[in-house]
Amino acid sequence: MRQWIAFWNIVLKDMRAYYLKPPNVSWGLIFPLAWTAMLFIKSGQGLENILGLLPGVVCISILFGSTSMLAVTVTFEKKNRSFERLLLAPIPLSLLMLAKTGGAILFGTVNAFVPIVIAMFLADLSTISWNIAIPGIVLIATVSTFLGLFIAVSVSEVFEAQTFSNFFRFPMIFLCGLFIPIASLPVFLRPLSYMLPLTYGADILRGAIDGTNSMSLGLGFIVILSFCTILFYVSLRNINRKWIV
Amino acid sequence: MIEVVNLTKKFDGVIAVDELSFRIRQGEFFGFLGPNGAGKTTTINILTGLARPDSGSIRISDRDCTNNPKAAQHLIGVVPDDSNLYPELSGYDNLCFCASLYGMRKIQRQNRSKELLATFGLEEAANRKFGGYSKGMKRKLTIAAGIIHNPRILFMDEPTTGLDVGSARQIRLLISRLHHSGTTIFLTTHYIEEAERLCQRVAFIVKGKIVKIDSVSNLLQPVLGKKAMLITFCNPIMNLYEKFERTFPNLKCESLSDAQVRVESMEPIYVGPLVRFFEDNGSEVMEAKRITPSLEDVFVITTGIEVNTMRKEREKPHSIP
Ligand SMILES: Nc1ncnc2c1ncn2[C@@H]1O[C@H](COP(=O)(O)OP(=O)(O)O)[C@@H](O)[C@H]1O
Ligand SMILES: [Mg+2]
Repeated sequence: MRQWIAFWNIVLKDMRAYYLKPPNVSWGLIFPLAWTAMLFIKSGQGLENILGLLPGVVCISILFGSTSMLAVTVTFEKKNRSFERLLLAPIPLSLLMLAKTGGAILFGTVNAFVPIVIAMFLADLSTISWNIAIPGIVLIATVSTFLGLFIAVSVSEVFEAQTFSNFFRFPMIFLCGLFIPIASLPVFLRPLSYMLPLTYGADILRGAIDGTNSMSLGLGFIVILSFCTILFYVSLRNINRKWIV
Repeated sequence: MIEVVNLTKKFDGVIAVDELSFRIRQGEFFGFLGPNGAGKTTTINILTGLARPDSGSIRISDRDCTNNPKAAQHLIGVVPDDSNLYPELSGYDNLCFCASLYGMRKIQRQNRSKELLATFGLEEAANRKFGGYSKGMKRKLTIAAGIIHNPRILFMDEPTTGLDVGSARQIRLLISRLHHSGTTIFLTTHYIEEAERLCQRVAFIVKGKIVKIDSVSNLLQPVLGKKAMLITFCNPIMNLYEKFERTFPNLKCESLSDAQVRVESMEPIYVGPLVRFFEDNGSEVMEAKRITPSLEDVFVITTGIEVNTMRKEREKPHSIP
């Protein structure tokens, strides 16, 4: 019980101090909107293809809503030493890091619904299987957040964390099969696609939204869960080894 | 309460803490006194779980914390050398947040935070952002955050360093009160008078090693009954030491700077003959002041560290890297 009080208050404090700040909120809205508009214009298709574009836009919204947050909640707090206060608290490191990432997972999930709410006014979303889409969205948010965590604990400066998260994000967007089908990527890039968690997340969303998934959904969930577990534990190990010297 | 045996820690081949062993009893006020770089912060970091020892063992309140620092973290409070609170939160929110880390419930958190803000005279600044606080206010709130959960043991790393005289005095008073209310205190400092005034037992730490550890009253034993006088001259004085010794065989004279000497004896020192001696020998005396020998003298004798080097450190502005 005591530990959950700590957990919940860490999440709340991060939300109040970082996530709900005007720049974050407005970027969270502007990014998905801008991507949606851009894709519409580029595809030259009419409103009838909204469902075809939705998985990609949702993925991007999540990715941008979660990955870079850890640069602030973790790297920045480590740098200004307030992270030490958390390390001194009587809570296990794993629970502490779940609390530090919980806000970003929530924020990424909420961001996913920005394009979905917009699409609701433009198309009929009744065909979407929400029982797959919602866990899919939460998992994508989790894996993007943990990727951000992995980056945040591997560097010591905030700008490094931001630079590195872009270094992962942009290739992921183009290699995950959303905008260029994996089958039409150059052969040497295809294995890379399958090494990126977003590829599986995008496929789950396609399955849930318009049934055009190319892999089995079960496989997708298992792979993303494995990515989450590995990224989280490697990050914990790095904190243990590098920050508690 | 705290039992440390052969604690050692190296950083890239440099020994920061070297085979430290000591024990702190429940309710005791224990001080680590040593110059910059002696290993004080490293010791606190290891004891509180922010650093790992290379070897040695730690027991806190009958729990083995050597490989599991989390075992005692609910019992301890830490006041770091530099504030580590959240600059963007208000003083009150900072305290409430710190309380929540120890699992305190909302009402408890709010009451305790208000109580501490009142104790530390920070009520008016309660709703201002911590980032805008003065140095003394920051230190006070950092102490308040360290004791928010009523810890049984409080670690304080140089709590008065870099503060103005008034704030430092207030903080020492608050620390004494905490000790009187039963908290076991581990304090590090490089202010010798501070250790003498506050602590019951002191360890002198130099280059990672404890060179002496004893109660303040025992440490003071060798200088008890000693008399001393500080004489300041208008101009630099010439070398009169041999002549001085011949004239006053019972007095010891030591140069502190080129215009200041310290005269010491186990017998009463009379000012008249001393002043006459110096003036007859061409050194005009500006001031002669009686001083009481203190822990400072013991520290200098034991460690061989000049008090002036400790003083100089103190006057350095405390900068955050
Ligand atoms: N993280 C670190 N990396 C490398 N050297 C360190 C580190 N922390 C402390 N040291 C070294 O260990 C020694 C003791 O430092 P410290 O414990 O901070 O001393 P104090 O607190 O007594 O001033 C110093 O020589 C310092 O340079
Ligand atoms: Mg120090």
